Amino acid sequence: MTVALFIPCYIDQFFPDVAIATLTLLERLGVEVEYPAGQTCCGQPMANTGCDADTAPVAKQWVKRFASYDAVVCPSGSCTSMIRNHYADYFGPNDTEFQHLRENTYELCEFVVDRLGVRSIPGTFNRPVSIHSSCHGLRELRLGKCSENMTPREDKMRMLLESLDGIEIKPITRVDECCGFGGTFAVAERETSVAMGIDRVTDHITSGSEVMIAGDMSCLMHMGGLIRRRNMPMSVKHIAEVLAEAMQSDSSGSDRSAPAIASR
Amino acid sequence: MTSLTSTLPIVDHPNAAREFVTNEPRSHWHDDSLWFVRSKRDKQAQSIPEWEYLREQASTIKTHTIAKLPEYLQQFEANATRLGAVVHWAADAEEHNRIVLDLLRRNDTLRIVKSKSMLTEECGLNEYLIESGIEVVDTDLGERIVQLRGETPSHIVLPAIHIKKEEVGDTFHEHLGTRAGESDPQVLTEAARGHLRGKFLSGEVGITGVNFAIADTGGLVVCTNEGNADLGVSLPRIHIACMGIEKLVPRFQDLSVFTRLLARSATGQPITSYTSHFHGPRDENSELHIVLVDNGRSKIRDSKTFRDSLHCIRCGACMNTCPVYRRSGGHSYRATVPGPIGSVLGPAKNAKAHKSLPFACSLCGSCTDVCPVKIPLHHQLLAWRKVLVGKRLVAWNKRMAMKAASFLFRNPPLFAAAGYLGRVALKVLPKSLAHNRFNTWAKDRDLPEPPKKSFHEWYAKNRPSGSQTVSREEQS
Repeated sequence: MTVALFIPCYIDQFFPDVAIATLTLLERLGVEVEYPAGQTCCGQPMANTGCDADTAPVAKQWVKRFASYDAVVCPSGSCTSMIRNHYADYFGPNDTEFQHLRENTYELCEFVVDRLGVRSIPGTFNRPVSIHSSCHGLRELRLGKCSENMTPREDKMRMLLESLDGIEIKPITRVDECCGFGGTFAVAERETSVAMGIDRVTDHITSGSEVMIAGDMSCLMHMGGLIRRRNMPMSVKHIAEVLAEAMQSDSSGSDRSAPAIASR
Repeated sequence: MTSLTSTLPIVDHPNAAREFVTNEPRSHWHDDSLWFVRSKRDKQAQSIPEWEYLREQASTIKTHTIAKLPEYLQQFEANATRLGAVVHWAADAEEHNRIVLDLLRRNDTLRIVKSKSMLTEECGLNEYLIESGIEVVDTDLGERIVQLRGETPSHIVLPAIHIKKEEVGDTFHEHLGTRAGESDPQVLTEAARGHLRGKFLSGEVGITGVNFAIADTGGLVVCTNEGNADLGVSLPRIHIACMGIEKLVPRFQDLSVFTRLLARSATGQPITSYTSHFHGPRDENSELHIVLVDNGRSKIRDSKTFRDSLHCIRCGACMNTCPVYRRSGGHSYRATVPGPIGSVLGPAKNAKAHKSLPFACSLCGSCTDVCPVKIPLHHQLLAWRKVLVGKRLVAWNKRMAMKAASFLFRNPPLFAAAGYLGRVALKVLPKSLAHNRFNTWAKDRDLPEPPKKSFHEWYAKNRPSGSQTVSREEQS
């Protein structure tokens, strides 16, 4: 199985450590990963603004880049959902390349749990943490059970985190409320977006957590920005960083040497 | 109504929301009040093992009903008429209002008592009747409060949720003569009760909304918590029931699916305190008039994309769960129906006036999962954005920014170069815009600290095998 790594545009440019951690994690789990050159963006910013004509060529380019791989893994629920749930607007029902990618593009935790069948990660993470369940991972990809819907579902990110030694996951009061990022919403509705973000961060801090963990860096870019501006006592980490860091601490982790992960 | 809606002012949600959301204590109080209701709803939903099955059933029944709406409406008309009711058809709000006024004039009526009806709010019936010299008394406590204050409801189930008890005290002191500074809910409710009793006794015609109309019986169902609909129509000789044509359910047994979902979703109660059934007029001396109103519903029904929004049973759950609504307040939508469903229905009525509403949403999807009739609300809001761009109702600079972004993303070397130049890809967008956007972001949030290298660059340097991949890709 040759797996392609899809790194969302803003992670490539602003958060390379998250991409490195994703690559490291997958390699330590024994996955053969390639990073196809020439990839940029899935087209979500244009699509969510309603600009279909500007989205279509970006979507077509994305499918062309990744079509030859058995599977695609992406460290973002939101970008994965774009491909799985929204790309159909730009491709015919008989487009085999798109249909293949629609069925074989995974969010990182989903890939680890569902495709690799890995349900625990050997490693240690000795800090009190809390989970931010990103909306698109939760309600579009169903990576866990959301509070509104009564259908029981396994929470993939929580399962992996709970398997780490030393970790203490603090409960927050509103388990899956939106952080208010929402792409252009963050600037178009600045006041509301900021109010939502501060409420989320406050909930996490009040829980006694020191590190907020999420599967989407976009939420963390928004809340991390609020945290730094206000010097709030909390840091943010992508799930890939936590898992890769934890595995690195575990001597039996892998037969491949992993690159050092620069801390942010 | 066309003449009325085309002159509606354009709502700019961010501006309309600013005062409410930046008043932190008030915004938090409002948010907490509605979150409390949402939490009560969750407890109720959790207590029913078949909750998701019920939602699926409700959605299926509504899909079927809307598909066969003409047949069910005719069946309803025939059965209601058989029971002795008079059925009126109104194409739009104007016709609805005229029908109601004609009925009142024919009976020399000067005073009406009205229970809560979002349809009459939508049609502007109160203003229309008041201008025609009729005294209109809203008998739902929340609606009476906003009516006395000269406001409109900010929520379809909890019309006065934006008003604090102290403010209600001031309003009642002014209008009902309660003690100055009185804010005890019990005392205020007693005062409203006494005040409304007199109005009920002097009301000449009772007007109600309709929660459900049943095609195979011709019956109507009105759900309230205060019993005000029953009081309002029990004394007067004439009952006028106003309903949107989407309120139908085919059979009596379908009703139970909806009564189980409605109050649980709306307020977290197992059922409304009163679920009143009306089958024809009370007796041979009484009249029951049913006004069936289209007012744009057929147009929505014609749209494959937005048809599901006619499933709505007006429970308000999408408002209670919406993180934007909870913080910005219902009035920020400047629409009869606010929140997620209002942001879908508003543009259907008048796209230009309500063009900012589909963007007053972070696309979190909570509304879709809370909706008891499974309207894919956040996907409909996304669909509206596409329609608005197609109608050129989205700001020029926003559309140009997306064109520029699209161009950038289609040119990987340019994208990489743009990132390299300051690690801020969006800098190559039209300057005024990129500048504006980043200013807006950075007013409250620090930008991420730009790393020295992009992942692209790191990968090329650290993964020789990866470099081979690059060359292989480039050759192909």
